[in-house]
Amino acid sequence: MISGAGKKRTRRVRKPRKKGAKGVWSIGDRIGLGIAWITGIFLCVVAFSVTIYLAVKGISYINLDVLTSRPEAGVEQSETGGFLDPMIGTVLLTVLGTAIAAPIGVGIAIWLTEYGRPASLARFVEAGVEMLVGAPSIALAIFGLLIFQTSFMAPFSFTAEGGAVFGRSFFAAGAIMSLIALPFVVGGTREALNSIPKHVREASFALGKDQASTIRRVLLPASRAGIATGTTLGMAQIIGETAVVVVLLGASLQLAPEGAIPVLDIFKGTGSTLTSYVYINSPAGEGKAPEKAYAAAFVLLLIVIALNVMVNQITKRGQHKWG
Amino acid sequence: MGIETTDDERGLSEAGVPPVRRIVVDGETPPVRVAHRIGNGASPGLDEPFAVEQDFEAVWVEERMRIESLGVRFGQKEAVKDVSLQVNSGEVLALIGPSGCGKTTLLRSLNKLVDLTPTAIRSGRILLDDEDTAYMDDTLLRKKVGMLFQQPNPFPMTIFDNVAYGLRERGSKRPGKKALEPIVVDALERAGLWDEVSDNLNHPALSLSGGQQQRLCIARSLAVRPEVLLLDEPCSALDPISTAIIEDTIVNLKDEIAIVIVTHNLQQAERIADKVAFMYLGDLVEYGPATQVFNAPMAERTKDYVRGDFG
Ligand SMILES: Nc1ncnc2c1ncn2[C@@H]1O[C@H](COP(=O)(O)OP(=O)(O)OP(=O)(O)O)[C@@H](O)[C@H]1O
Ligand SMILES: [Mg+2]
Repeated sequence: MISGAGKKRTRRVRKPRKKGAKGVWSIGDRIGLGIAWITGIFLCVVAFSVTIYLAVKGISYINLDVLTSRPEAGVEQSETGGFLDPMIGTVLLTVLGTAIAAPIGVGIAIWLTEYGRPASLARFVEAGVEMLVGAPSIALAIFGLLIFQTSFMAPFSFTAEGGAVFGRSFFAAGAIMSLIALPFVVGGTREALNSIPKHVREASFALGKDQASTIRRVLLPASRAGIATGTTLGMAQIIGETAVVVVLLGASLQLAPEGAIPVLDIFKGTGSTLTSYVYINSPAGEGKAPEKAYAAAFVLLLIVIALNVMVNQITKRGQHKWG
Repeated sequence: MGIETTDDERGLSEAGVPPVRRIVVDGETPPVRVAHRIGNGASPGLDEPFAVEQDFEAVWVEERMRIESLGVRFGQKEAVKDVSLQVNSGEVLALIGPSGCGKTTLLRSLNKLVDLTPTAIRSGRILLDDEDTAYMDDTLLRKKVGMLFQQPNPFPMTIFDNVAYGLRERGSKRPGKKALEPIVVDALERAGLWDEVSDNLNHPALSLSGGQQQRLCIARSLAVRPEVLLLDEPCSALDPISTAIIEDTIVNLKDEIAIVIVTHNLQQAERIADKVAFMYLGDLVEYGPATQVFNAPMAERTKDYVRGDFG
């Protein structure tokens, strides 16, 4: 009753002002609106031109050959091969980074939302995760290099004959990539957990379940869509990341396995990804194969767009309507 | 077969609660079902003869839970003050009172859910079958004292899995679907939902209507075979037809399960309650048979409230 009366009163007060303001905008508001429109349109134009430019260039240079052949060293553009290895590199690095980030990120999110104690540690971890979002990737990359160059980490990276550790490998790059994906996994999971009403948790407790089984059997399944969204966003970050690849994965365009154990040797070795391939082959790098750089950039763009579509689908389908 | 009645005297009379009447049949408790109803129409006095011969439905009333001077504080705020009550199987106990008077808090004390609130401080004793719940394992207590919430809250899983949820324990000895099926079906039947969902047990529970969801939540509670069922305004989010179905379900269940229901709907309390407890600002103002509380309330506040003068 009381709140209803309050609502009525505010409506009565606001209505006349709204009516009066309808056609009569102040000059400042009009300028503001104009600027908003112009910047909005400008951003759209930029985004579309980038996409269209890349699409046109990319499609004209893309062919089965560049997709299926390995990069080669060559003076002429026709001798430089394709970008099969970078594509594999992107996939490997993304899988590795996500495989590390997803469980840790989900774990952190659960701990933060469901336990959050000790409170000071929780705040510290929260701040740390937030910092990762803002940290320049090149800083993370250099930090990774510092760690993986220690002899302690030698088993995980490319090591020269004399025992000098270069700190570069899929392992090293994947580990740092996981830090880049981590905040997205944490964010997506936390958002999903926070959207579950308190009484749903209590319903599980009221059935004699403890917190661990409530998390495992109710909260995590209910958060699947959020976890998937966060993880996919994290994957997109890894795929688009260049600095970490250049610093930690090395500059060899071909996959360069290291050691004798199959599969493991690839992860221990260096290689490239689509991003580093584009960088190296563009005029910004050595610039030996700009056309192939365009084609690779186009593939990259397609992957990222596909991931975004995926995220939208997951969010649309996975949402629960809680009572 | 001789029937004798004994008055249970464990200091409760001082707390203002009528002592529990226990029936002893040839020295054995509990006896076979006896047609009786404690105090119909009038407040049961200690010295009144025990009414066995009345022509009421056959219901076996027995104490399940006993609340002894319960107090609950949230920091400085006293939500429940020195409340003593008993919860009997064979009866529906309705908790009524204006908003914020502590009904939910009292209810949530019975399954120790209130202990999840860090600021909550509880005093007094709550006994389940003469055992102090303070010393009982929370999970064990909550299996015996089930709860239904205001908002229907099935889990985002299938209908079957929702009902089986409480039965599936952690660890390797998780019972299979086959073993659970009879219990699930029984629970759904008792909750009055079986006919509507028997063909789609594998459908997601959240696709059910609100009323069906609430009955699913009842089934989910019933599956773990509770002795007491707590309901916190279970129909406030539902339409009249769903409400009527749930009221029927509750009345059907009271034979086996002690039921405590919080409701703002006095007609509902009149329809289904055997006992009514009226609370005001954390105090238990009146507690007695439903007919007495509604027709001949002893306290002024109760009189005002049931007449609808405030609330
Ligand atoms: N978690 C809490 N922290 C602090 N105060 C609380 C908390 N829960 C309840 N209270 C307070 O305790 C008092 C009793 O609340 P309670 O929810 O038990 O009332 P209620 O009778 O169920 O009310 P309603 O009919 O509106 O549901 C209220 O004054 C409320 O503000
Ligand atoms: Mg309440």
